[in-house]
Amino acid sequence: MKIGVLAIQGAISEHYSMIKKTFSELGINGEIILVKNKNDIKEIDGLIIPGGESTTISRLMFKTGIHEKVLERVENKDLSIMGTCAGSVLLAKKIKNQQNVKTLQLMDMEIERNAFGRQRESFEIDVDINGFDTPFHAVFIRAPIIRKTWGDCKPLSKINRDTIVAAHQDNLVALAFHPELTNDTRMHKYFLKIIKK
Amino acid sequence: MDRLDLSKLRYGTELVKRGFARMQKGGVIMDVTNAEQAIIAEEAGAVAVMALERVPADIRAAGGVARMADPSKIEEIMNSVSIPVMAKCRIGHFVEAQALEALGVDMIDESEVLTPADPYYHIDKRKFKVPFVCGCRNLGEAIRRIWEGAAMIRTKGEAGTGNVIEAIRHQRMVTIMIKRLKNMNENQLRNLAEQYSQSYLRLLKEVFKQEKFEDDTIVYEEYTYKEVKDGIFEVLKEVKKLQRLPVVNFAAGGIATPADAAAMMQLGSDGVFVGSGIFKSSNPETRAKAIVEAVLHYDEPEIIAEVSKNLGEAMRGLEIEQIAPQERLQERGW
Repeated sequence: MKIGVLAIQGAISEHYSMIKKTFSELGINGEIILVKNKNDIKEIDGLIIPGGESTTISRLMFKTGIHEKVLERVENKDLSIMGTCAGSVLLAKKIKNQQNVKTLQLMDMEIERNAFGRQRESFEIDVDINGFDTPFHAVFIRAPIIRKTWGDCKPLSKINRDTIVAAHQDNLVALAFHPELTNDTRMHKYFLKIIKK
Repeated sequence: MDRLDLSKLRYGTELVKRGFARMQKGGVIMDVTNAEQAIIAEEAGAVAVMALERVPADIRAAGGVARMADPSKIEEIMNSVSIPVMAKCRIGHFVEAQALEALGVDMIDESEVLTPADPYYHIDKRKFKVPFVCGCRNLGEAIRRIWEGAAMIRTKGEAGTGNVIEAIRHQRMVTIMIKRLKNMNENQLRNLAEQYSQSYLRLLKEVFKQEKFEDDTIVYEEYTYKEVKDGIFEVLKEVKKLQRLPVVNFAAGGIATPADAAAMMQLGSDGVFVGSGIFKSSNPETRAKAIVEAVLHYDEPEIIAEVSKNLGEAMRGLEIEQIAPQERLQERGW
């Protein structure tokens, strides 16, 4: 199994370490590729778009042409993607109140950037995730909120009635928080399971 | 979960503060002095902006006491962009820092570019919910700032010069000492921790005219001499193990070209601050984009060459030797 981490900007090494840990916990002999150019997309089974600044990652993803290769492969349903925080923004079809961040427009959801506020409103809390036996310790940093989902896109976790913080659609996963800042590999395992299907 | 369990909600923790800094990695943080420049920076792909009244080159030229920017200026910039906004307070000026926290800036730079306010101590950054970045010239300064709670470290370099030599000097100074730690035993680390802790004794030494202090003497905020030494020792142990700083480490101070930025990345920086380098050049928009791309492709020479073409005039730059030692900003802080 080959997992790519979009290595444009943000928590790249954190995801790298988490996948390495996940591989070893599951006994998978996998490979991790740091995706910086469009040709790197060809050989991977799954792609992680890390947290960082969505404006920066978006601009450079489109500039390098990585977006085209990603869209081609997703259309053929042979690439799974997990986006965390900024990464989840880049998966959404719609961004609330904003036009200036270009996204991949893959998931049937509307997301609001920095929805909790600025850095001083960043926090950590345990959240329940569908299918997990125990809560997941989630770190929210200038995090987005998924305001609406439709079609095949389904909420995976809510911290309030209208506050969706994780969603799932086919082989795509969007998380508003940062599993890569903890030691808990359950989200990464969840992602690898989607790829295997 | 239908309702947020507020009792379990934690703001401003070490993880949340260091996590914010981690999200800046691989990015370029640009100094801006108004909304228009902030928008240019955001569109060029900056991960954050530093809101200032004047860029360091102009602070240097103006002389006098440089203080925290006018909050209305900072708010103007906060209202104009969606990326994080940072602002500077004077070294040791905890009330400027409190004011910046109240304004809602995303990170505070306790910066030598402004005139230091406290001759003895840096801010106890653990008392804040907002993360801090601090400058360093060597490992000792970096370790002290991390122990005080900084979530990000940057080289001091020599701000406002457009000359990268000091940033490279400071990056090398830190790297070589981190490598040295590898071969140090616990005893040697303890001695180094004691050496690094001496800076916290300066006020006491000056007042009481003695060199040695007991372990239970309160030396900094509410911490005893022993607590300081133990704290510094713990940070050193972690650095030895990780073989890097335990927080994000950026380059700053004199970076003016895409090649400067890429060089700092190759030397191990996690990202780059560009101060005067962008808006003191002839074509800020193009230069800002070029530096962002150079940081992404820092190890791809063809791309560095490509993005370095036709950028127009870089900021003029200053020879470090032409700046009198007492006017060098990097000498501020300890």
